[in-house]
Amino acid sequence: MATNRIYLYPVWIRLWHSINALTFLLLLLTGLSLHYSTAETSLIPFKVSVAIHNVCGIILTFNFGIFVIGNMFTGNGTYYRKWRKNLWPKLWKQFHFYAIGIFKGDPHPFPITKKQKFNPLQKVSYVFAMYLGMPLLIVSGIALMFPELISNTIFNISGLLFYDVLHVVVGFVLSMFLVIHLYTCTLGDKPGTLFKSMINGYHEEHE
Amino acid sequence: MKPPTSILLSLLLAAATPLFAQPEDSLKLKPSYYEVSDYVDDNEACLQCHGESKFVIEDPNTGRSTHELMYDERAIDREEFYSSVHKSFSCNDCHSYDYNVFPHSIETRLEEQLVCMDCHGYDETYAHYNFESIEIEFQESIHNIEEFTCWKCHDPHSYKAFMRNADDLEQAVLYDNNMCLKCHANFDRFSLLTEREEIVVVESHDWLPNQAAHFKNVRCIECHTEINDTILVAHKILPREEAVENCTECHSKDTRLMHTLYKFQNLEERKGGFVNGIMINNSYVIGANQNVWLNRFSLLVFGLTLLVIAFHTYLRIRKQKKS
Repeated sequence: MATNRIYLYPVWIRLWHSINALTFLLLLLTGLSLHYSTAETSLIPFKVSVAIHNVCGIILTFNFGIFVIGNMFTGNGTYYRKWRKNLWPKLWKQFHFYAIGIFKGDPHPFPITKKQKFNPLQKVSYVFAMYLGMPLLIVSGIALMFPELISNTIFNISGLLFYDVLHVVVGFVLSMFLVIHLYTCTLGDKPGTLFKSMINGYHEEHE
Repeated sequence: MKPPTSILLSLLLAAATPLFAQPEDSLKLKPSYYEVSDYVDDNEACLQCHGESKFVIEDPNTGRSTHELMYDERAIDREEFYSSVHKSFSCNDCHSYDYNVFPHSIETRLEEQLVCMDCHGYDETYAHYNFESIEIEFQESIHNIEEFTCWKCHDPHSYKAFMRNADDLEQAVLYDNNMCLKCHANFDRFSLLTEREEIVVVESHDWLPNQAAHFKNVRCIECHTEINDTILVAHKILPREEAVENCTECHSKDTRLMHTLYKFQNLEERKGGFVNGIMINNSYVIGANQNVWLNRFSLLVFGLTLLVIAFHTYLRIRKQKKS
């Protein structure tokens, strides 16, 4: 069986992705620990959680800056553009494949090529996660890290409350994104194929 | 019995009435003062010196006079006094009539001062303040040292029951913390009472994340006292090594803040599903203000997502086995 190898993930993308994944996981763990700690027990000691959460938050923020700048000046940005064209039919086609086609052995409706790294569902979710979710998470995180910078009241409620609820909600949505993202990454040729791509940079597909 | 020369000297000194070159004096006595006190004019006998930043003393024998600055510790702000809990008092209700002689004699100045319990203790009128328990707490507190009286923290000339009537909690926290910082941020005052080395509050709290936010939003006593549910404000100040350093004592659902800072407003109400909802009027404490609806909804979404993934995985495995 012939194997198609496409170099899709340059070194900077892989590095960015690794840092993003690691910091996000640590932020998720420490965030959950901070949120659900009790006076007697906590997953991670509170002070340690705060320190890790703050450091990872700063690293994630700079890393996000690298992602945005990288996408502006390299070809990687093109994968995140023109996502609205024919959106709903494409989304439905992809959803139908994941829900039914994949079990019937149907061919992938949007096979990965050098020009088309993401399928429509991936594209939409990545655009929303990276260009809406991440900025909201970062801005609300900065607001909580420097509460003296934010106004006391926003929309007639405490500024801290506003940013904290925003941070918790967006954090949760992106955590759900992470769970689904991890699962869909097992949908390659073999469950580990797509994970391997993120290490060696090559997307592999058997013909 | 005082020797005749002392009596003569006292009379002469009493005659050396302090003079003030402040023609706008009458403007200082606002109508609102008269609404709350029957002794405004009487009190001016004291406040004409103690209510000013400077005063003049004159020796009637020689005609010589000099300007003196009123020592901060002895200065009384009329506005603060007539809005304090003791606003209706005459100075002589607490201070002996000997103070009406100027300059005040050393005996007068060293006379025993009244403390809270002298008026408020064991009196049904004040039973709801529970001064007796406060007194016991104070006795057990590290503040129970020589020369430390209620007045070191609660200036009777300006004291307001701020926490009890707190509409603006941030202001109440500021007011309360200033009581502590009066000594703990002023080594001169601090060293009047103790031989201990200077405590630099900012440095000794450098372990505290978001230090400024903590100082602004909670009182020192949240961490430095023992919780006591029988009185509204705990007075048993703990030794440094017993102060709360475990963040989750506040940053958790069962936060101690509900037994301390928010005790006054502790209606255990949940605002829009927020645990310890009363706190979110003023602040947001990570861990203590979880929203039960968001918690439940997130668990539901997470559970459903895992269920869909598990089902999808099962179908994939089944398909693989078939092929």
